[in-house]
Amino acid sequence: MHAKNLRILVPLFSLLSALAVSSLIIALAGRDPLMIFQKMVHATLGTPYGVGQVIFRMTTLVLVGLAVAIPFQLKLFNIGAEGQLLMGAFAAALTGAALPASLPSLVAISLCTLSAMAAGACWALLAGVLKVRFGVNEVIATIMLNFIAQGITGYLLTWHFAIPSTVHTARITDNAIIPTFDSVTGWFTNSPANLSTLLTIAVALLFWVLLYSSRFGYEMRAAGLQPDAARYGGINAGMHTIVAMSLGGAAAGLGAANIVLGYKHSYESGMAAGIGFTGIAVALLAGAHPLWILLSAFFFGCLEYGGLTVNAWIPKDIFMIIEALTILLVISFSAFGKRAR
Amino acid sequence: MGVAVRLSGVSKMFGSFAANNNISLSVEEGTIHALVGENGAGKSTLTKIIYGMHQPTSGEVVILGKSLRLSSPREAIKAGIGMVHQHFMLVPELSVAENIILGHEQTGLFRSLPLKKANALILKDAETYRLAVDPDALVANLSIGEQQRVEILKLLFRHASIMIFDEPTAVLTPSETERLFATLRSLCRKGKTVILITHKLDEVLAVADMVSVMRKGEIVGTVPASSVTKPELARMMVGRNVLLRVTNPPASPGETMLNIKRLRFCTPQGEERLHDLTLTVRAGEIYGIAGVEGNGQSELLQALWGLAPEGSLISGEVTLKGESIIGKKPAKIALMGISHTPENRLRHGVILEYTIAENLLFGRHREAAFHQGIGFNSHSIKSYTAAMIADFAIRCSSPEHQPLSTLSGGNQQKVVLARELNRPGISLLILAQPSRGVDIGSIEIIHNKIIEARKSGMAILLLSSELEEIIALSTRIGCLYKGSIRHEFGQEEVALKREAEHEFEKEIGLHIT
Ligand SMILES: Nc1ncnc2c1ncn2[C@@H]1O[C@H](COP(=O)(O)OP(=O)(O)OP(=O)(O)O)[C@@H](O)[C@H]1O
Ligand SMILES: [Mg+2]
Repeated sequence: MHAKNLRILVPLFSLLSALAVSSLIIALAGRDPLMIFQKMVHATLGTPYGVGQVIFRMTTLVLVGLAVAIPFQLKLFNIGAEGQLLMGAFAAALTGAALPASLPSLVAISLCTLSAMAAGACWALLAGVLKVRFGVNEVIATIMLNFIAQGITGYLLTWHFAIPSTVHTARITDNAIIPTFDSVTGWFTNSPANLSTLLTIAVALLFWVLLYSSRFGYEMRAAGLQPDAARYGGINAGMHTIVAMSLGGAAAGLGAANIVLGYKHSYESGMAAGIGFTGIAVALLAGAHPLWILLSAFFFGCLEYGGLTVNAWIPKDIFMIIEALTILLVISFSAFGKRAR
Repeated sequence: MGVAVRLSGVSKMFGSFAANNNISLSVEEGTIHALVGENGAGKSTLTKIIYGMHQPTSGEVVILGKSLRLSSPREAIKAGIGMVHQHFMLVPELSVAENIILGHEQTGLFRSLPLKKANALILKDAETYRLAVDPDALVANLSIGEQQRVEILKLLFRHASIMIFDEPTAVLTPSETERLFATLRSLCRKGKTVILITHKLDEVLAVADMVSVMRKGEIVGTVPASSVTKPELARMMVGRNVLLRVTNPPASPGETMLNIKRLRFCTPQGEERLHDLTLTVRAGEIYGIAGVEGNGQSELLQALWGLAPEGSLISGEVTLKGESIIGKKPAKIALMGISHTPENRLRHGVILEYTIAENLLFGRHREAAFHQGIGFNSHSIKSYTAAMIADFAIRCSSPEHQPLSTLSGGNQQKVVLARELNRPGISLLILAQPSRGVDIGSIEIIHNKIIEARKSGMAILLLSSELEEIIALSTRIGCLYKGSIRHEFGQEEVALKREAEHEFEKEIGLHIT
């Protein structure tokens, strides 16, 4: 009976306390919190461009949130969304650059997107296999895989694929570019928001159906809730671990498509810094539920872009503190909520 | 003597459902007061109110003359109330003494524990109440009965004067039960008050002073235990005459279904748990395995369901209709036509967070009859759920929405039994402790279903710590001792000896200890 209230109250509470702490920090930095928040709200939600920026960021965050949420159903902590996204981004950029310009757009986009998802999935799959075959803790495995992904992409970029004297790869062929809303419908003028947002919403819905209405999800959630019983019920927990990790990795890879195919049109160094951690906060705030993730990603999208817009008044460092503290508060409160239940 | 616990007009609502309805009860100090009633009658809820785990929706709780509103077990303990739960709350990695003083250290955080002093106190209590355990032993190495004694010592250490036991005998062997009762009696002699929940009416008559019968959230009667008989109690509980022993018509077994030959089972630690175990179960018969827990039952079940822990050594033969079971996974074994109600149902048989309907499906969710697209067919599931609930008298309010965790203990057990007894196309049914935690009326239902299944030609392997149940149901009986069948009673012998049940129980007892 009060478990239900808690599910709503805990996220709400964590957001309110994050707001309070942020106000305090802003005040300490010598600014009027109210003014800053007003400016943020105006810059994010007050203009079509701002909304577009938020939607663009939200799209990636939904996908990294899902990358964390799906394995979380099995009580697995995927800290590796960042590495999975990096691998996906690199794969999408290379595929996009290698494809002939004569391919129909739909085919080119599909190929690039699929290669991004495949790369992300493979990277996560590694952690899954390590867990199932050798019992390696997935937290440690995914953190290490993050470093390795950074190393691989960094090396390949600098030594093989970067255009001389730049830090990005060759531009992908025009056919592989996912069009922006601006170019198709004229919405969100000039912003990077692109059609991959629609695909992302579809993916979130798909995951929702998969988890809560399919036999596959029935088995997977059971294996997460009661591993012993699942074994008795003939559920192959190892298989589910591997599939859940791969699905998560594929989602993170799709997040790369949004950035590379929809916005940057090439791979650039330092593209995904810290995004995996925001993904954890997105997933936890939403209780790992695919539909709530849409909302919580929207919130973090606002925070992320809003932070940039008030740069003139609040130094970036202060905003970094605020964002990290918000994530920390969200995580602590959801841990607390679990225990209270 | 005064009144230890007085409840007046106590009600407990869960949503719109009254688990306890206007209950008034007084428990005299220094007595054993038994609480009996059907599954879901509200016994556990009532004791949890006394223990501060639930707060009553209305009504008054008076403990030793003081009206109290306890908001947590912590406060209840301070008020002198203790509870022994069915699932023990011990830390296996700590010693007995450490467990007992846990949370009651009475020392600074960084000072060493006063273990010597505690040990002396524990030993004194242990002697007074016949609770022999070694204070320095690790809890992980204790038997179930010993762990229960530690729980009782824990209460004594906290000076509890009112002690609540929720189905303490469900997991005990007969001799451990006897021992527990001796302890309960000596507790009473020292002025302690005991509230005892149990489904075994013989125990009530043997040990209790007073007995209260609950039905549908209300107390329908409180009588001195010496003034009632078992059938009378059963009738008060269920509201109808209960057949206390199922009619078991002669069986005519067919061909051999399950064939176990020289089965040996070594744990990863190298302990031999099954030693040349040999038995057969034929179609249309019930093979009962009698034995004290810990003589290889768990390992036999693990071997039969493909769940031996990694690193165990299994040799010998186990076949169903000639096809080997060893080395197969549970899903595959189920497909061969085997159904299994696990010993520890709450841990292995259900997902507490899933609804009742989802749990009735658990492990059978691969059956095509329940499928539709990538998901489940809500129609077929709905009618199946309704049928199971009616057939097994599962007490619940909304099976499609209610998580299993909100069912009473016995009703959770019935969900598993209903599911496993009704698997289509099974040729072997493995039943471990089928009536554990289940009320007397439901036992009748379940026993009848088991006999029916036998008549329909299934081979049934029955493991139970209740000799009464083994005798009532079995066609043949094997006595399991130290990992092998030490003695087997044939079909005629069992049918004959069933008539003199007590003698037969004694005879079996000789073969299993
Ligand atoms: N948290 C809860 N939410 C909703 N209903 C509940 C909850 N806890 C118990 N109930 C309901 O209250 C009723 C009484 O449950 P209780 O556990 O007290 O039964 P019981 O007499 O101990 O039965 P058993 O012999 O099976 O253990 C049951 O119908 C149960 O479904
Ligand atoms: Mg109960």
